[in-house]
Amino acid sequence: MNRFLAPVFAPGFFESSTVHTALIVGTLVAIVAGTVGVFTVLRGQSFAGEALGDIGTTGGSGAFLVGVGLLWGFLIFSIAAAAAMELIGIQRPRGRDLATGIVLGAALGLAALFLYFDTTTTGATITILFGSLSALASSTIPLVILLSAIVLGIAATLYRPLLLGSVSAELAAARGIPVRAVGALYLLALAIAVALASQSIGTILSTALVVGPAAAALRLTRRPVTAILTAVLIGIGATWLGIVLAYDSYSWPPVGHGWSVSFFVVTIVFVAYLLSGVPRQWRTRGRERAAGGAGSTIGEPRAARER
Amino acid sequence: MVNAWTEATIVAVVAGVVGFFTVLRGSAFVAHAVPNGAFAGAVGASLLSISTLIGLGAFALFGALTIGVLGRRGRHDVVTALALVFMLGLGALFLGFTVEYASEIYSLLFGEVLGISSTELAPTAGLAVVCILAIVVLYRPLMLSSVLPEAGEARGVSAFRMELCFLVVVALATTMTVPVVGTLLIFSLMIGAPAAARSFTDRPLPAIALSVTIALMIVWVAIAVSYTTNYPVGFFVGMTSALSYALGRGWAAWRRSRSARLGRPVPEVLSGT
Repeated sequence: MNRFLAPVFAPGFFESSTVHTALIVGTLVAIVAGTVGVFTVLRGQSFAGEALGDIGTTGGSGAFLVGVGLLWGFLIFSIAAAAAMELIGIQRPRGRDLATGIVLGAALGLAALFLYFDTTTTGATITILFGSLSALASSTIPLVILLSAIVLGIAATLYRPLLLGSVSAELAAARGIPVRAVGALYLLALAIAVALASQSIGTILSTALVVGPAAAALRLTRRPVTAILTAVLIGIGATWLGIVLAYDSYSWPPVGHGWSVSFFVVTIVFVAYLLSGVPRQWRTRGRERAAGGAGSTIGEPRAARER
Repeated sequence: MVNAWTEATIVAVVAGVVGFFTVLRGSAFVAHAVPNGAFAGAVGASLLSISTLIGLGAFALFGALTIGVLGRRGRHDVVTALALVFMLGLGALFLGFTVEYASEIYSLLFGEVLGISSTELAPTAGLAVVCILAIVVLYRPLMLSSVLPEAGEARGVSAFRMELCFLVVVALATTMTVPVVGTLLIFSLMIGAPAAARSFTDRPLPAIALSVTIALMIVWVAIAVSYTTNYPVGFFVGMTSALSYALGRGWAAWRRSRSARLGRPVPEVLSGT
């Protein structure tokens, strides 16, 4: 058994407590991010996810300055930013990107200031921005579990109204669903999920875990529950494979530099997204052939693709 | 100091002009993604010890074209997010290999206009001219395709081709602005100033002029304050542009309430956003 596994898992992989912590946190994060991600993609709020992650940079660098755990910084700033976006007008599709952008710009300015103070003493910038799943303290696990439970709780409670509101806000409003309140709660869940993902692969990469697996899953299936499960599986797969490869990479060139876990996770997610388009292309091509190759107009209407 | 002023002025003009179209097209995310992803190129360039501008340019173009081509099939915002994080993932990998000091990485992310030398001015000026010329040449079709894509298509202006052209212009603007405000903050200059300008007028040319003016004020104030306080320029750029947007919104709200009081119809641009 060990002989077959040896080339894949470098010696000491299963004994390392760092790896244990990374696997536990990584798995929880993948579950939460995949679940929230499906709604993020359906609602077309990838930019909000990305912005909340980036804003975590401000929180992380602030936490570094004050000397509390990074996750607290991510959390506080992501939630505050989500509230600010909601107030400026994230609920209207047209002003949404702009509201997100303005909040993001201001927060990044603040991050520049915090990191300026940080860099004079430590090299906090890279840890915060690009994550360090391999340098995680096992004491963060309880907090991660608690936060994951909160997010999954919100997602489960709001499942139906959120789904309806994501697909058609008008229809949801007509059915008496408080669309704005649901949207605000969802934004809170997104902020927590992004904070967790930031802890895992870094603030500016956190979107990869939230949006990537969900987007791939939604190209494979149209059913929401199946999509959530698929997204969670892709996220867990990418995280685990990333951890294994990063552990192995200590023996790869250039010697003495491990390859970053975040790089592997992000790349695997990106490849998964590209591959997820293949089945649909086959189907379309098959249909075209059946129709006697009558042009390439078969498929979704343009408007559906844009949205 | 004179170099910093010149450089920042050039950057503000380009950011104001390109930013106007970014806001008009609702491409804030792309304007954020392309410069951010280009960061990886800058780190890669330092790894290969070639010019940062080449790395930035290569990655910015690569990112812009990836977003343009993949965005045709998939959801636009998803593709943008994924292309961005993929490039940043490469950046994380390169960072693991470099022996750069944290302060140099920091200046890439958040800019260091005060340290600009006069030899760096020429490429920036060259790229700025190319950007502005591209916008002037594309002005009419780009405007049409941004506001009324269907009408554009009917007149033979391909929305896809315009999108690609626009993305390339954003990539060029990115390449030249990164050394000044850094990959993370360009975007607040490219969004804040034009968004504020649009609160004051809805006619394109005055809006562009106003957007450039506001961008100029933002960078000038930021540099002056940063010079006297020694705090990073990026902080002041981010804060001033958010402030200018807030002022714009405040002005629009005041106008709206006054029109309502006087019983005049609310101007179209003010009721929207």
